[in-house]
Amino acid sequence: MAALGAYYVLSEQHEKFGKLFLRVGFTVGVLAAFLQLYPTGDGQGIMIARHQEPTHAAMEGLFHTQAGAPIAILGQPDVPNMRLDNPLHIPNALSFLTCKKWTATVKGLDQFPQDEWPDNIPLLYFSYHIMVGLGTVFIAILFLAAVQLLRGKLYTSRVMLWTLMLSAPFPFIANTAGWITAEVGRQPWIIYGMMRTRAGVSSLVAAGNIWFTLLGFMGIYSILAILFLFLVYREIEHGPGPEPSAE
Amino acid sequence: MGAIWLCLVAVMIAGYVVLDGFDIGVGILHLLIAHTDDERRALIQSIGPVWDGNEVWLLAAGGTLYFAFPALYAASFSGFYLPLMMVLWLLILRGVSLEFRSHVGGHLWSVFWDAVFAVASILLAVFFGAALGNVVRGVPLDAAGNFFEPLWTNFQPTGQTGILDWYTILVGMVALAVLAFHGAVWLTWRVRGELNGRTHAVALRLWWVAALTIILTFVNFRLLPVGLYSFRVHPLGFIFPLLAIAGLVGVKLFLRGNQEAAAFAASCVYIIGMLTSVTFTLYPNVLPSTAGIINNLTVANAKAAH
Repeated sequence: MAALGAYYVLSEQHEKFGKLFLRVGFTVGVLAAFLQLYPTGDGQGIMIARHQEPTHAAMEGLFHTQAGAPIAILGQPDVPNMRLDNPLHIPNALSFLTCKKWTATVKGLDQFPQDEWPDNIPLLYFSYHIMVGLGTVFIAILFLAAVQLLRGKLYTSRVMLWTLMLSAPFPFIANTAGWITAEVGRQPWIIYGMMRTRAGVSSLVAAGNIWFTLLGFMGIYSILAILFLFLVYREIEHGPGPEPSAE
Repeated sequence: MGAIWLCLVAVMIAGYVVLDGFDIGVGILHLLIAHTDDERRALIQSIGPVWDGNEVWLLAAGGTLYFAFPALYAASFSGFYLPLMMVLWLLILRGVSLEFRSHVGGHLWSVFWDAVFAVASILLAVFFGAALGNVVRGVPLDAAGNFFEPLWTNFQPTGQTGILDWYTILVGMVALAVLAFHGAVWLTWRVRGELNGRTHAVALRLWWVAALTIILTFVNFRLLPVGLYSFRVHPLGFIFPLLAIAGLVGVKLFLRGNQEAAAFAASCVYIIGMLTSVTFTLYPNVLPSTAGIINNLTVANAKAAH
């Protein structure tokens, strides 16, 4: 919403509405961004660390159990060799986030038998890091926007407005990455710790049928997504306010 | 106890057919009744505020089915996987066509979505009818309560049957006629002006087709004589077909007297009567098996353990 407001203000159309959208979008956004850091995101992370330990280790890229475990900001997981390539670590941070102590021991993937690891560790690792990375970006952008608002310069700072406008797709990406993290992280279980995904597969419906319907749904959704973008673009160009609708 | 749950599921399904039935009926008829874009818009506006809520009854029916008769849910949703997914796609297309229709002013846009709405509604009616036909005729359930049936085979009366087969498509056609009739009666109630006269004419003409369905039902009993067994055991069950006939007669009388709301209520009674009659003839089976009567899914063996 703030992005749309920024677009209207930057392009100097519907400016009154643009400023309203900016204000409302910013207010909700800044509250949400900080809430997602604490307590909701923190709570989720601790819950995963407690109840889904292999998942937690995999998504953080923690292959080896260690006291004072670091958070990996960057790094590519190398699963056969059980390490991260080119890591950029914040030392002791993972121990602090998980157990509230800088020196606590956090379990790594080496503690668990391989058949309890999620199947696709790189996908899990990257989707998790994309989600959290974007979450951090949200906090940063909205914090800067707060500074600008307090200086009374939010509507005139073009850098800020451009940043807000261009970050419009980020929540969608972060949301999707979060879902991928949840679903991939739960593997190989369909009910964690109780029933494996393999056991839940239907013996009656052959895989080919599932492919058919999956492709069918993807096709329908792609068409709907294109139509959606087309219609939303028209609405944005039209602008808010009373207009003789094509009713 | 199982019988009570069966009644609950039947109520949910009947509720869905009565409510979404007229949306589908309007979809089937709207290109035939309306001649201009304004008239088409008027017809669609008659279902505009209610169609989404009506579709929710389908979810309620599915959910109740899941909780009350999990074995039936498992068998039917796996065995009918492909047609179920197609029904989902048709529902998506129907909803999208209704919502997108007025977003762009262009003529081509609304013509396209009207066509999608009509085709989706027609196919939905046929598919739902085919589903009912499959439930009545039975599917090749095995001892484990599972079945696989091909989507279609060769549409011949003999040989292996498919989910879409001469019999089930026939029932689908019946459903198409009945839902079109129901939609037409709804339109007589909800549409004013010059269009109203046209909807009356269509409803009265479709009435004869609906009357035909009563006769077809008797023919059906000759084909599947086991259906008459329930009536012999519980003669009270005759109230259901009588409800259907009463509803049908009521529609004709009320339409003649221009009491359209009552006509619509009578049409609902007709559909409820037809559906409850089918359920009653099936009882205590919920999904008969064509691979041996011992494999039938009944109220007793399909219901949840406690």
